[in-house]
Amino acid sequence: MSPKHDIEFALNGIRQRVTVPATMNTLEMLRDVLGLTGTKYGCGEGECGACTIQVDGVSMNSCLMFAVDCDGRELTTIEGLANDTRADALRASFVEHGAVQCGFCTPGMVMQADHLLHKHPEPDAETIKAGIEGNICRCTGYKKIVDAIACVGCTNK
Amino acid sequence: MTELERYVAPTTLAAAIDCLKDGEVTILAGGTDLTPQTRAGRMRIKRTLMNIRRIPELKGIALDGGAIRIGALTTITEIMDSALIAKHLPVLVETCRHFASDQIRNAGTLGGNLCNASPAGDTAIPLLVLGASVELASKPEDKIYRRSIPLSEFFVGPGQTRRSLCELLTAVTVPLPAPGHVARFHKFGTRVGLDISTVSIGIGGTLKDGALAAARVAFGAVAATPLRAAQTEAALEGQRLDAAAIARIAAVARDEVHPIDDVRATAWYRKELIHNMTKRMLENVAQA
Repeated sequence: MSPKHDIEFALNGIRQRVTVPATMNTLEMLRDVLGLTGTKYGCGEGECGACTIQVDGVSMNSCLMFAVDCDGRELTTIEGLANDTRADALRASFVEHGAVQCGFCTPGMVMQADHLLHKHPEPDAETIKAGIEGNICRCTGYKKIVDAIACVGCTNK
Repeated sequence: MTELERYVAPTTLAAAIDCLKDGEVTILAGGTDLTPQTRAGRMRIKRTLMNIRRIPELKGIALDGGAIRIGALTTITEIMDSALIAKHLPVLVETCRHFASDQIRNAGTLGGNLCNASPAGDTAIPLLVLGASVELASKPEDKIYRRSIPLSEFFVGPGQTRRSLCELLTAVTVPLPAPGHVARFHKFGTRVGLDISTVSIGIGGTLKDGALAAARVAFGAVAATPLRAAQTEAALEGQRLDAAAIARIAAVARDEVHPIDDVRATAWYRKELIHNMTKRMLENVAQA
């Protein structure tokens, strides 16, 4: 039985105190302990990007991150972005371009796109493709996703 | 077999090294290798899980005398974004661009990539070409003791290094390349992102009159460890890189490696890749 550890961190701007097993990953903590199921479990080994969240302002695979390592950090999940006006344009662009098909990759894709747009406010198509290398869409709707992100980049000009 | 009993997250190097004395410690940094390895049952977390991410002494990139010192906790993204590295060690930036995905580069650390000691580890190849050393810290008594060993002597086998159980890898130091130094990295895989190398190649040296001096060649994914290729280096040293010389050197490279068959490629195919990619890279160097 894995020893438990108390951690405290900011989740979507709200302080959280949680007791987690030392070997639990952040994705399990978000979904099973905190009930935030917007972040998806795809592969569990960092290959698919469905579990992408932002930690201290950068994107990470929550399935690869030990939950105990959240201690003292700031996490943003898709639920946090849903209530954030800075992501309005990105959300609207995904809808407008039909960049959502089955939707399973969408939360991770949006979290990664948001991080990409922070780092590169006006990305070209190559930068976008490189930025979402770690996000797999099995409906293979990549063109619409790239277009949706590029369109937000255009409006940032 | 011991089970995980405690989790610790020390905030100083001294405290971390004290903790290592237990001998049954699994070190956690970015977690991007540790998580999949343990979940797949390829590795077991020992009695103590020690998170070293809160130790400031392990962070940062700095010019220190004639060398660049990269803290063990430096993430792959931080290396890519460093103006200092871009200026002095551009081949390392180029390599990092081919490393996994953005999410993994944001979490994964240089120290972790080296200590994981995968035969296909990406950062080892340019660092071998650049003549890097790793700094290992221990605390036999009251004071922290640091030793430095060349990266070319660090790897022992898959997942095995010369780091002893009571040592922590604290930094990587890379001597500033001589003026006129050129270096190239090539990773062969089946897709751009998130690929594990089928083979990887690093070539570097000081280019003068169409020849490389102090030539270094490193190969990944063709042996139990990333390695320097002594015979290829000897064949390359000081040779004017015309078509005949390049063909000769590429043949030496093919004969020098003894890869295995695995899920990514057969041994035969890897040898062909080493030949063809070495040739292509040398043609590129000749035009530099």
